[in-house]
Amino acid sequence: MDLAYGPEYEAFRAEVRDFIQKHGDKAPKRFGVSRPSEESIAWQKLLIEHGYAARTIPKEYGGYGAEPDILKSRIIAEEFTLAKLPMGLANQGISMLVPTLLELGTEEQKKKWIEPTLKGEVVWCQGYSEPGSGSDLASLQTRAKEDGDDFIINGQKIWTSTAHAADMIFCLVRTEPDAKKHEGISYLIFSMKTPGIEVRPLKTMTGHAEFNEVFFTDVRVPQKDIVAGRGQGWYVANATLKHERGMLGDPNQAGTRLKEIVDLMHEETVDGMRLIDHPVYRDRLMQLQARVFAMQFHGLRLLTATSKKEDPGIARLIVKLQGCELNHQLAALAIDALGEIGVLYGNSPHLRAHGSWQHRYMFDLGLIIGGGTAQIQKNIISERGLGMPREPKPAKA
Amino acid sequence: MEFGLSEDQKLLQESVRGTLEKVSPLERVRAAAEKGETEAADIAQALADLGVFGMMVPERHGGMGMALLDAALVAEMLGRHVAPAGFIATAVMAPLAIAGAGSEAQQEKWLPKLASGEAKAGVAIAEAASGAREGAGVTASGGKLNGKSLFALEAENADIIVVADKAGALHLVSGDAKGLTRIQLTSIDLTRGLTELQFDNVEAEALSSGDAAATLRRMVDAGRVMLAADTLGAGWMMIEKAVAYAGERKQFNRVIGSFQAVKHMCAEMAAELEPCRSLIWYAAHAFDAMPEEAGLMAAHAKAHTAEMGRFVARTATEVHGGMGFTDLLGLHYWFKRIGLDRQLLGSPERLRHEAAVLQGWAAAD
Repeated sequence: MDLAYGPEYEAFRAEVRDFIQKHGDKAPKRFGVSRPSEESIAWQKLLIEHGYAARTIPKEYGGYGAEPDILKSRIIAEEFTLAKLPMGLANQGISMLVPTLLELGTEEQKKKWIEPTLKGEVVWCQGYSEPGSGSDLASLQTRAKEDGDDFIINGQKIWTSTAHAADMIFCLVRTEPDAKKHEGISYLIFSMKTPGIEVRPLKTMTGHAEFNEVFFTDVRVPQKDIVAGRGQGWYVANATLKHERGMLGDPNQAGTRLKEIVDLMHEETVDGMRLIDHPVYRDRLMQLQARVFAMQFHGLRLLTATSKKEDPGIARLIVKLQGCELNHQLAALAIDALGEIGVLYGNSPHLRAHGSWQHRYMFDLGLIIGGGTAQIQKNIISERGLGMPREPKPAKA
Repeated sequence: MEFGLSEDQKLLQESVRGTLEKVSPLERVRAAAEKGETEAADIAQALADLGVFGMMVPERHGGMGMALLDAALVAEMLGRHVAPAGFIATAVMAPLAIAGAGSEAQQEKWLPKLASGEAKAGVAIAEAASGAREGAGVTASGGKLNGKSLFALEAENADIIVVADKAGALHLVSGDAKGLTRIQLTSIDLTRGLTELQFDNVEAEALSSGDAAATLRRMVDAGRVMLAADTLGAGWMMIEKAVAYAGERKQFNRVIGSFQAVKHMCAEMAAELEPCRSLIWYAAHAFDAMPEEAGLMAAHAKAHTAEMGRFVARTATEVHGGMGFTDLLGLHYWFKRIGLDRQLLGSPERLRHEAAVLQGWAAAD
C-alpha cells in the first residue's frame, strides 16, 4: 500500500498544472448539445497536442501516441477536476468506436475514421438495441441482405442517443439469418445521410429527448464497411460494451455529487435550520459518504490491479451496479433535503441548480436500466463472479 | 501509487487462513461454544506459533512492528473462521496502549510477553468508545479505581487489563488484582468473551507516559478497523456458504442457485460487501500513514461494514432456507459474530455521528 505517486509522476503532475495555468482560459464555455461546439473542438485539438486527450492513440491515427500509463491518466483527470476544467470530448465515437477500430478495424478504416472522430469532426451514434432486443441483444432482427457488393438494411434501432445529430452509425445487423443467433450478426459502419434512414426523437420521463428511434428502409451500405468479418459482430460488440461499462458508475462522479450535496445542506434551511444540522438528513448523508469513499477506494484498487495486469475478478463486475445505484441515491438525498423545492422543474421560480437534481434522479434510473440492466448485472456477478449456474433454458414446445 | 496488498501481506493472510482452516473448523468452534470457552488454548497456541500476537508490538520489545493493515488481514481471517480466540484486545489495542502511553518499564515488562502470547491482555474501554450504559464508568483517584466497566473485551482470563476511566485516562490493572470482580456476560456470540468489570478500590498503574488521550483514540480507531475486518471475513464466508448451498440444494427439479431470485440475493451480497474491503484497507493504511484521516475512516469503515454485514448475515441465512435457521448447520455462528461486531466500540448510528463531528458537520456531544 503506497498512495504516493513518486517523483516521476509528481513531475508529470507539475507539467499538467503548468498546462492548466497557461491554457486554462481557452477551455470552452459552451459545449454544444449534440455536436461539439467550435470552442470544444479547438480545446480538444489543444488537449490532443499536449497529450491530455487521445493520449494513448497512435500518432498516425491522430492521437498523441503515449505509452498507456493509467496513473498518468488519473493525474490528468485529478488536475482537470481540481481546476474545474472540462476534459477532452467524451462521446460514443471516442469511447467505443475508436477502441474497437484500433483493435479490430482494417488499416483503411483506422486511417479514415479515427482522426476525425478524435477531433470531434465526425460524430457517431450506436445502433445496438432494438424494440424486441434489449437485455437479449443477440436476438436482434435488423436484417442486412446481400445485394451485389452491398447490403440492403431493413429494421429498427432504439435508445440511439445523438442519432439526430450524428454523421455516422456503428450498427449491429443480422447478415446470416440461418446461423445461431450469436453468430449471425455483423458490425457495420455507415453514414446517417444514407437514403432510407429516418430518425425520430424519443422523449423520456425527464421531458427531454435524450434518445432516438432509428428506422432503416432499404438502406444500401457497401459490404466493405463491415468491421472484422461477417458473423463476427457479436464479438466486436462485446469488445465495445466492455468500454461502455467502464464509463458507467464512475466513483469520481459520485464524489463530485457528494460535495455538491454537502454544500447544499449547508446552504439550504427549513424553519431556519440548516439541513446539515438536521440529524436525520445528516445521517443519510453520512451513510452515502461511506459508500462514496468505499467506491472511490474500490476504484483505486481496480486501477492498481489494471496497472499490474492482475484480474480483479468479482471486484470489477460490481462497479456498474453499485456505482449507478449510488449516484441515484445521492440525487434522491438532494431532492429530499430540498423538500417541495426538490420537486420543482422546468423554469419554475425557486428552482435550484436548474432542476438538475430531478433530472439526474430520473436520468440515473435510465443508466441503471441501460448498458446492461441491474438485473443483468446481477446475473453477471452471480454467474461469472460467484460461479453460480445459469438459468436453464425452457424446454422447447 | 499502489492500492493493494503486497506479496508479503498476501502470504501472511494465506498462512493465517491455512492455519485456521485446520485448527478452527466448525466442529472445534462448536465444541468451544458449548463449553463457554471463548479463548481456545489450542487455537491461541497456533496463532502464537504464527507470531500474530507480536504483530503490533515494536521490534525493540520482541514484536514485529507491523502495520494495522497486516493486523486487519488477520482479523478478517479470524472472522472468516469464527475463531474463539482473542486478538483485537491482546494483540492490537493493548499493545497500542502500552507502547503509546506506558513507561519504559511498563513496556519492557509487558510487551515482550504479549508479543509471544505468554501473557494476555484485555481492554475495558466500551464507555469511551460507544457510550456508557446503565451509568457505567470508572473513576480513578490515588492510584485506585472504583466503579464498573461493561463489555470489556478478552478480559475474562486476561493477565492484565487496560482500563479507560471517565476522564479518558488509561490504567493498567492486573487480572487478579484485589477488589476486581470479573463477571462473564453471555452474548449471542459464544465465540468471544464479554466481561463486566467491577472495581472496588482496585490498585492500578497509570499509563501516563505518552499522550493518553491520543492513545485512547488510536486504540478505538484500531479496534474499529479490526471489527470491520472481522465482519468482512465472516460476511464473505457466509456468502460462500450460501453460494455452495444454493449449488447443491434442489427444489422443483433444479438446484436453487439456478433461480434468479436466489442468484440475485447472492450477487447483491457480494456487490454490497466487497467495496467494504477497500474502505477497510484504506482506513487501516490511514491509521499508519495519514493520521489526520484515521478517525474518520475507521468510523466509516466500521459503520458501513456493519450495515453491509447485517444485510449479508440475514440474506445468506435466507438463502439456506430452513436449514439456515437450525443449529445443526452452524451458520448462526457467523450471523452472531457479525451481530456482536456491529455493537462493539460504537454502533453505526453513533459512528456516523462521530464522522460528522470530525468533519465539523455536527457539534460534539
